[in-house]
Amino acid sequence: MLAFLVSAIRLGMTFLLGSTGETITEKSGHLNLGTPGVMCVGAACGCYAEYLYFKAVGVFGINPVVAVILPILATLIGSALMGVIFCFLTVTLRVNQNVTGLALTTFGVGVSDFLIANTTPIFSKGSKYFTAHLSFADDLGWFGQIFFSHGILIYLAIIIALLSAFVLNKTKIGLHLRAVGENPATADAAGISVSKYRYAATCIGCGISGLGGLSFIMDYLNGNWEYCIDAIGWLAIALVIFTVWKPNLAIIGSIIFGALYIVSTYIQGFAIETKEIFKMLPYIVTVIVLLFTSIRDSKNSQPPQSLGLNYFREER
Amino acid sequence: MAKAENKTRSPLFHIVKREPLPWYGALGVRAGAIVIALLLSAVVIMLLTQKNPIEIYKAMFEGAFGSSNRIWNLLQQLSMLLCVSLAVTPAFKMKFWNIGAEGQVLVGGLATVSVMMFFGDKMSLPVLLITMIAASIFAGIIWALLPAVAKALWNTNETLFTLMMNYVAIQLIAYFLKKFVKSGSGVLTPMPEYGLPILADKPYLLNIIIVAVLTIMVYIYLKYSKQGYEISVVGESENTAKYIGINVKKVIIRTLIISGALCGIAGLLLVGGTDHTISTTTAGGRGFTAIMVSWLAKFNPIVMVLTSFIIVFLERGAEQVSSQFRISSSISDIVTGIILFFIIGCEFFLQYKIVFSKHRKENE
Repeated sequence: MLAFLVSAIRLGMTFLLGSTGETITEKSGHLNLGTPGVMCVGAACGCYAEYLYFKAVGVFGINPVVAVILPILATLIGSALMGVIFCFLTVTLRVNQNVTGLALTTFGVGVSDFLIANTTPIFSKGSKYFTAHLSFADDLGWFGQIFFSHGILIYLAIIIALLSAFVLNKTKIGLHLRAVGENPATADAAGISVSKYRYAATCIGCGISGLGGLSFIMDYLNGNWEYCIDAIGWLAIALVIFTVWKPNLAIIGSIIFGALYIVSTYIQGFAIETKEIFKMLPYIVTVIVLLFTSIRDSKNSQPPQSLGLNYFREER
Repeated sequence: MAKAENKTRSPLFHIVKREPLPWYGALGVRAGAIVIALLLSAVVIMLLTQKNPIEIYKAMFEGAFGSSNRIWNLLQQLSMLLCVSLAVTPAFKMKFWNIGAEGQVLVGGLATVSVMMFFGDKMSLPVLLITMIAASIFAGIIWALLPAVAKALWNTNETLFTLMMNYVAIQLIAYFLKKFVKSGSGVLTPMPEYGLPILADKPYLLNIIIVAVLTIMVYIYLKYSKQGYEISVVGESENTAKYIGINVKKVIIRTLIISGALCGIAGLLLVGGTDHTISTTTAGGRGFTAIMVSWLAKFNPIVMVLTSFIIVFLERGAEQVSSQFRISSSISDIVTGIILFFIIGCEFFLQYKIVFSKHRKENE
């Protein structure tokens, strides 16, 4: 049971990073369906940087701090670049967001597979540094296991989620960003640069989502590359809806998603086919939340009003 | 865009809408985009693999048209992608973002394969075929109808709803594969004896003919029927549609029934006419690719033949490249991505032009 919970938290934080990034993006009015591709590229860039670093310094020259910081930076840059592509097409060239997003996913999966094909796809050496935790966690029993036994990315995920919730809801920048996502024409009239906010929000959002990919490989899978990050990415988009566009709720939501995703491997006595039904649960729960929020039509739990729509000042 | 911060500074350029280009102008811009994209892809391939790009493009042609078998394969892949694209088009024209074609195709396939398994030896072939067709269409409709009804009644976001339905469908198939295949391998043995009839010894000919007929039917439906007109009015402006007395809810639901039915047929063709079995990858991402095919063709079914050809050509060609030069097959996704970016990006230059302000030059 304890192992299950710890595992759910570790997987959940992948979803949390992915969905926090997507929430920030969506708050600006961008529905980025390229998030699965972004997460793939983020993971691949981080792992590739780790691979190059280890190759460059050899086994004995590894500095643990660099071994963690370098992949994180590579991930942020790689996935933010994907955000730049998305923004250039949707904001500057005004292409439809759904089409761009899906093309970005195709592209991102290709890029990440290609990068990884040029390495030895096992990064367990690097993963050690990501999963390193404070030594006293082991002495604290279940409490330590749940709260202190995790690697740096897990805590980073929670900090980023709380920080995003704070910035979105309590600061002027957040207010402007939400205005851009709700009604860009009004925001524009109030002197807020819609393009700048959308570029910034999407690139930052993509950077955070990319970290989700890195945490999936380096933390949850202990450095074993798997070609299924895009499936995780779609779940991260689902999580955004499930938590009604609130990053602080997403902390709980992501652990629930993580639990639902792995519950079938922990519960004994079910037939193998039933396990497949369990894997369906996150999606069904998301659909129910989506239906429920749209039926209830409460103002606090709606998607940003201009989600998925491009803004062009001269088009009214 | 660049914004004037005070009165003395004027923007370097601004963007204005242009008159629609003549057809050769539009074609020229698009062809230019594809050429630039191919050049850029060549550079990328060269940098990544240190191989001569001309050799690589030669291998792509070889892979797509190298033998009569390959041409048949190309046509089969083309018709399957086209069929799914036809299915999503009516909904897109109405600005209903149905990105759940993948799931709708899969449940159509699942219905077909279930009929083949349970009634294959109990029914005569014609009855079996009719049951397969009915079941696949019905399943596709159900999967499309749920988001459509929610959209019509409560304005539920259809992009997200249909996206989720894809994965429900995938898991449903995983479930049935585990349940039906007694060995537990999850791989269902093909049942060609219950498949669609084969015409003139060419296994894919019937699929291709069916899709060709569907293409013309969808074209006529969208362009010349009253319902097709209603779809484009709802797509242009829902308020206008309401004003002139179109029942928007009815149009949404009716269009998605058509969309779902066509997806069901795609599932039928993929399972009954091609694989004679099913797996979670039977739809093979076509539900997503179809969206780009349809968008690039500006929702015109006849042009979609061309756009789906481009994509299928790239896929088939890249497969050949990766096996011939022993490089990762992911190169095909990268090239497809780059070309898509350019083709969708060039639409901007068809609709807008950039005017550099003379004013500023005079000042300097």
